[in-house]
Amino acid sequence: MTMTSEPTPAAKKKLGLKERYALMTRGLDWETTYQPMEKVFPYATYEGIKIHDWDAWQDPFRLTMDAYWKYQAEKEQKLYAIMDAFAQNNGHLGLTDARYLNSLKLFLTGVSPLEYMAHRGFAHVGRAMPGVGARVACQMQSLDELRHAQTQIHSMSNYNKLYDGFHSWRHMHDRVWYLSVPKSFFDDAITAGPFEFMIAIGFSFEYVLTNLLFVPFISGAAYNGDMGAMAFGFSAQSDESRHMTLGLEAIKFMLEQDPDNLPIVQRWIDKWFWRGYRVLTLVAMMLDYMLPKKVMSWKEAWEIYAEENGGALFADLARYGIRPPLGWQQACDDKEHLSHQAWSTFYQYQGAAPFHTWVPSPEDMAWEAEKYPNTFDQYYRPRFEYWAEQEAAGTRFNNATLPQLCQVCQIPMLFTEPGDPTRICYRESEYDGETYHTCSDGCQAIFDHEPEKYVQAWLPVHQIYQGHCFGPDADPTSPDFNPLLEVIKWYRMDVGTDNAPYEGSRDQENFQAWKAMQTKN
Amino acid sequence: MSTVFIAFQTNETSRMIVEAITDDNPEAVVNEQPAMVKVDAPGTLTVHRATVEDKLGRSFDLQELHVHLITLSGHIDESDDEFTLSWNAN
Ligand SMILES: [Fe+2]
Ligand SMILES: [Fe+2]
Repeated sequence: MTMTSEPTPAAKKKLGLKERYALMTRGLDWETTYQPMEKVFPYATYEGIKIHDWDAWQDPFRLTMDAYWKYQAEKEQKLYAIMDAFAQNNGHLGLTDARYLNSLKLFLTGVSPLEYMAHRGFAHVGRAMPGVGARVACQMQSLDELRHAQTQIHSMSNYNKLYDGFHSWRHMHDRVWYLSVPKSFFDDAITAGPFEFMIAIGFSFEYVLTNLLFVPFISGAAYNGDMGAMAFGFSAQSDESRHMTLGLEAIKFMLEQDPDNLPIVQRWIDKWFWRGYRVLTLVAMMLDYMLPKKVMSWKEAWEIYAEENGGALFADLARYGIRPPLGWQQACDDKEHLSHQAWSTFYQYQGAAPFHTWVPSPEDMAWEAEKYPNTFDQYYRPRFEYWAEQEAAGTRFNNATLPQLCQVCQIPMLFTEPGDPTRICYRESEYDGETYHTCSDGCQAIFDHEPEKYVQAWLPVHQIYQGHCFGPDADPTSPDFNPLLEVIKWYRMDVGTDNAPYEGSRDQENFQAWKAMQTKN
Repeated sequence: MSTVFIAFQTNETSRMIVEAITDDNPEAVVNEQPAMVKVDAPGTLTVHRATVEDKLGRSFDLQELHVHLITLSGHIDESDDEFTLSWNAN
């Protein structure tokens, strides 16, 4: 058989990036006829955001779906090659110290489930947006977030074979007291309308705050020898640049579409900056206390990624009438205190957390003092030194009284008054004849604006006292009933191993023994 | 003037990208951290495809940046030949 070859037409001119993007993201939708558009997109208007021209939406990266798959596949191949190599070569023994693993336990129980919720959230929001450009961008982010959840679980499952506290992260995420902090943050966002979700997660979390989580902490993972976490973290963060850009585009789009959108958007920025900032309390403590080899202090990270970068962002948005979020100044002032107050809390409640804590060593305290010359020696060193003495005397301090929680951020009341680090900050609001407690002016303002939402909060301490946090075999009528122990069992913590102090823990023992075996036969 | 930045994972490709950036943006400051490299620049920063191709000795699609990127700040303007970060309020 012969092929008659047509003379090849002059090679088609390759389309430019802008034309390719326009072709792949415009004209893909239609005006519905069987049902009115408001019924097809029922969530598009009730928040009060007015959009006149969805075609004004621009993805500055101009990434199209075909290019997306190509580059994501490449990222996955690189990532899994590193993870496999790390596992095949006993990479865990290259860690600086087994204390490092506790930051991963916190990450797996607290952050990875949020990646999955982000996947769900962006799928939902993408469906709810009447414009195609926004829908395509949300779809990509939804897929990214699923990838983040999966790669984190895969990477950290290698540690579960060898170390304590990694086994029941999903179960714990829905139950454990401090995990209600990240969980309720995302539940709050995903139960908001689609535009609020875009400001909550796309803008406030991704653009303003996520660098603080992924950049210094993941660089710290690399510094501490964890190639697995480094690989998943930077791989996730490479998607993050796109997510940040989506968040920035979303806010500019809303502000440019109608002047009536400004006060709504500003209120959401105020709320979600503060909500996200409170969640980052855990990250502050990871950077300053949980990384054996520290890469930068929370204060330094805050200065670079919040003050400098966020400052530039809000200066830029000022032309739309946007001002920095209400809690901004307090967050900047609190950078001197946040991590110390958080770590002190976890140290006291060691028995109720499935990761190990410790008193910082004299060398670590010297580092804290150098990084925090205005606060550490004055306010926090005496406390840690006292606890070190107590440990040495065999009377480690364990707090057996459950803390009061903030009705909004759900963090125990551990933060101090603005300007006075010696007094705990409490705020009270009345709603429908009941009193509700919040940790700060920021959380109180959020509560007061939407009390109907926050009175429904599932607060772990309240739930424990109401008897909702025991397993089916617990018997509160038996004479030796120990309520706290029953709660820990209901959390599925292995009592005495997962929740033991680091000093003398099985992780510490095994790591040292395995390290010693590395060089002997 | 507000700073824009771009950060990459440390690897052989990003080493060339960073060289291209510093050649084309004389005010850019390179800041090396564990496993990553961050480039800061006052106001604006541009990655030129031609310079990166010159350094790499092969053709380069600017969207390949996605594979090595960690984070960035500023508004993005991307074409086939240039990738620019900038803040409007300087
Ligand atoms: Fe993510
Ligand atoms: Fe709070």
